[in-house]
This record gives sequence, C-alpha cells and structure tokens, in this order.
Amino acid sequence: MKLVTAVIKPHKWEDVREALETFGVTGMTVSEVSGYGRQKGHTEVYRGAEYDIALVPKIRIEIVVDDADVEDVVGIVVKTAQTGRIGDGKVWVTPVETVIRVRTGDKDEAAL
Amino acid sequence: MDYGLQAWMLMSASLVLLMTTPGLALFYGGMSRSKSVLNMMMMSFSALGVIGVVYVLWGWSMSYGTEDVALLFNNPFETFGLDGISGAGYMGVAFQLTFAVITAALISGAIADRVKFSAWMVFLPIWVTLSYFPLAHMVWGGGFLSGAENGLADLIFSGDGGAEVAPIDYAGGTVVHINAGIAGLVLAILIGKRLGFGKEPMKPHNLTLTMIGAGLLWFGWFGFNVGSWVPGDMSAEENAQYWIDETSLVWLNTTVATCAAVLGWLLVEKIRDGKATSLGAASGIVAGLVAITPACGALSPVGAIILGAVAGALCALAVGLKHRFGYDDSLDVVGVHLVGGLVGTIGIGFLATSGGLFYGDGLKQLVVQVVVALFAMIWSAVATLIVGLLIKAVMGWRVSEEDEVEGIDFAEHGESAYDLTPGTGARRTQSVLAGSTTAEPKPTAPASEGANA
Repeated sequence: MKLVTAVIKPHKWEDVREALETFGVTGMTVSEVSGYGRQKGHTEVYRGAEYDIALVPKIRIEIVVDDADVEDVVGIVVKTAQTGRIGDGKVWVTPVETVIRVRTGDKDEAAL
Repeated sequence: MDYGLQAWMLMSASLVLLMTTPGLALFYGGMSRSKSVLNMMMMSFSALGVIGVVYVLWGWSMSYGTEDVALLFNNPFETFGLDGISGAGYMGVAFQLTFAVITAALISGAIADRVKFSAWMVFLPIWVTLSYFPLAHMVWGGGFLSGAENGLADLIFSGDGGAEVAPIDYAGGTVVHINAGIAGLVLAILIGKRLGFGKEPMKPHNLTLTMIGAGLLWFGWFGFNVGSWVPGDMSAEENAQYWIDETSLVWLNTTVATCAAVLGWLLVEKIRDGKATSLGAASGIVAGLVAITPACGALSPVGAIILGAVAGALCALAVGLKHRFGYDDSLDVVGVHLVGGLVGTIGIGFLATSGGLFYGDGLKQLVVQVVVALFAMIWSAVATLIVGLLIKAVMGWRVSEEDEVEGIDFAEHGESAYDLTPGTGARRTQSVLAGSTTAEPKPTAPASEGANA
C-alpha cells in the first residue's frame, strides 16, 4: 500500500475529488493548509504598508491506495489539478506498512 | 427646553455611546492581530467604565460651571458629583460624558498590543483630568480657546468684550480629535514600538469587524455632530427654527464630507498602490467624519465635500508617516485623528461661509483657527507627557516580551478571542464557583495553544 499526498490549489479541489471518485477512490483525508514553494507568497497592502505574505493557502489530500492503483491515482491528481501556472502544488508517494479499519479490525487491503 | 429637542438630545447621547461601544471597539479590534483583539476592544469598553464614573464625579464640574480658574478649567468641586445639577441639567452631562469617553478610547489605537491593562486603567482618569476636561472648558466652557474676553482669540484680534473673531469648533476638532491624536503620538513614542514592528507582518486580522465598526461610527456620529447644537440667546420659537435649520445643515454636511473622504482616500490608494481597499474605505469614513466635526455648522454642503475630499486624501498619505519616522502608532490615530482634526479645524478658516478666506472674509478666522489648533496640540502634548512619564516611572507601561509575543489577550485577560479548533486539548478544570476549598483551579491554556503544541 502507498500513501498518496497531494498539495494543490484550493479551487482545483472539487475537480480532483470528482475525478478520483469516478475512478473509484472511496475516501480521503482533506485539510486546509498553508505553505509556499518556488512561487513564494504574494504581497498585500494595508494603509499603504506593503506586507509579504509568505504562506499561500492550499488543500492537502491524503489517500491510502493499493499498490496497483498508485500510478492511476497520481496521474488523475496531476492531470486534474494542473493549471500550468506557478503554484500548482506537488504530489508525493510514501510506503505504508499497515492499515486497520477501526470499526471492524480489518487489516491492510481489506481495510482500504 | 422643547420636548422634541429633549428627545433628540437623549437620542444623540445614546448615539455617541454607540460610537465607542461597540463602534470604535470593532473598528480597532478588526485592525489588531487575532492574539490581541480582546485587549484592543477592552481598551474602549474600559474607557467607558472609568470615564463614565469620573465624569459624574468631577469631569462635568471641571469642564462647565461658573468658577473658572485662569480660563483653563473650572473648579472641579463646584458641582462635584453633580451637586446642584438636577432635572434637564442632567441631559447636558449625559451628552458630554459620552464625548469624554470616546476621546480617551481613540488614543488606545496608537498603543495596541503591548500595554498593561492596569497602566491603561490608571492612565484614563488622570489623562482626562489633565487634558480633556481643561480643553473642553477652554473651547466649549467659555475658556481660553473660546471667544471669551482675554481668551487667545481676543488677545490676537481684540473685539468689544471678547474676541473679534471667535474660534469655531462645533463638535470637537480640537477637544476630541487633535487632543486624542497628539496623545496617541506622545504615548506611541514614549511606550515604544511593538516587538517586530517594521519586520513582521502586522496586518489587520478581521476587516469585516473594521467595516462594521466604521459603519457604526458613522451612524453614531450623527449624534456627535447633529446633537452639538447650542441654543442661541433668543425666544423659544426662534430657537426652534434655528434648531431645525442648523441640524438639517449639520446632518447633510456630516454625510457628504464623509462620502467625499471615502472617494479621496480610495483615489490615493488606486494611484499609489494600484488597488482601492476596504480598509481604505473604512479609514476614509473616519477621516471624513473627523474633519467635518469642527466644521459641520460653518460650511455649505459643497464646502463640506471639498473639506472631506481633502481630508480623505491627506489622511491616506499621512498614515505612511509612521514608517518614515519610525514610531509605532499602531492603528494610525495620528494619521487619521490628528491630521483629520487639523484639516477640519484649519479648513474652517478657508471654507467657512461666514469668515472664510475663500468667501472673501480675509485671514482673521484662518489665523485664529491655526493658533487655537497649535495651542490645543501643545496643551495635549504636555499633559499626556506628564501622565505618560508618571506611569512609566511608577508602574511601567509594557507587558513582558514573552506576553507580547504569545498574545496580550491571554496574558492580560486570560482569554482567547477565537476558538476555531474546538475539541483540541481544552479540558474543563475545577470551577472557581464550584465552592471546592481543596482544589485550586488550574490555569487553563487556551484551546488554540493546545492545537499548536
């Protein structure tokens, strides 16, 4: 199993969720996060004083998937979250040792 | 006094109260950081508490009465505790009380995020006693800055039994705004900058609060300006007509000057920064209201538009001065209230339909307005410096560096304004009210701290 983590632009989140649902992904964890990459932040002006706002709001999606589905899921996220402009985000994959469904005690693939 | 007029005065006093709580508290609270919004709002609410009491005890007596001392203030013991005031006389006290409250509350914006609540509570009664009550007496109580004999204006252009040209301050350009603006400047310099000023972003945490506050201030200002009418020495019927004519003009001037000030502020922003901001609109509202305050009875509506536009534009430029000179007037009390107050007070010399330079009436009114404004600035600066240094020496102004960084709301009030992540580590401990004599209530960290840990 693998954990797919994606940090994407907030306005792309609905598209990504829809595409993943169509593919058959049944659940995910979503959080509102802030951070910055190469694009850095942006500037805001209050009463003439300019502030560099380093952190940009993003959506982080976390999905645990079967090894066989990793390529597809990553592909879907990258394709749907892409605008081609700076600040589109990142997707990374990490191995997962074990997964347990709290309600039933099912383990690993059965728990996905 | 006429029934209708009495009803309007009660309404006006209530409207001015609305300006401080919650108007000003929201206006300032939204501009402060989320870790200090409660303290910021408490500075307004506590000003109401302290000065409301002080005003009844000796505030009214120091401002108005028959026992003048050197034209600077009235004997504070003449009507101490309102002894000798009764019936309709309470109305004037009520109205003027609300003015003293908001003037002191205005200062708090200059020293946001960093002042001990106890120091502020001590500052309030001493400052109004040394600065506000004397200036109210000088300007409105027949003192040194009125048209009285041997007053400042009389010393410049002496007339028959008083000044040839009386200073004009309808509702508080000098007493309220120049006074609060200078006090803010002196305290901001004396107390010093917030930690990280000029380096860390200190942007407003909730501009919707600020815009609600600005709207409430505008609404309350109708009490402030339109309630400031003073009956003339004439018959009741003539006074009634005078009242109708004057309040109509004052309401309209208050409104259109403010409209123009919003436009003036936004125009400067659009040209200078590229975008017109909501904070600019809220600030423009206050700048316009401040400027028209002394002038609302002396200008034509077109004159009010000109004054408001100038005030909006100049204040928009003036709020940048603190960065150039390096003092931390956190929420721009100087840039808005001092500059706006000066624009209004001096603008009268140009734009007054009777006495103004632009109306062919020469320079005398202008000279009187400038000199009176300067005197008010000096008085306020000296009075504030005395109180400020006294408090600095005896108890100190600032909270500890750690408390300031962690947030003054929790340090000074034991609260946090927002619980945005409920259920993250906040547990109820032994209630103080439960009556247990053995279990000491444990200090509880605010929920947000638990979330960050």
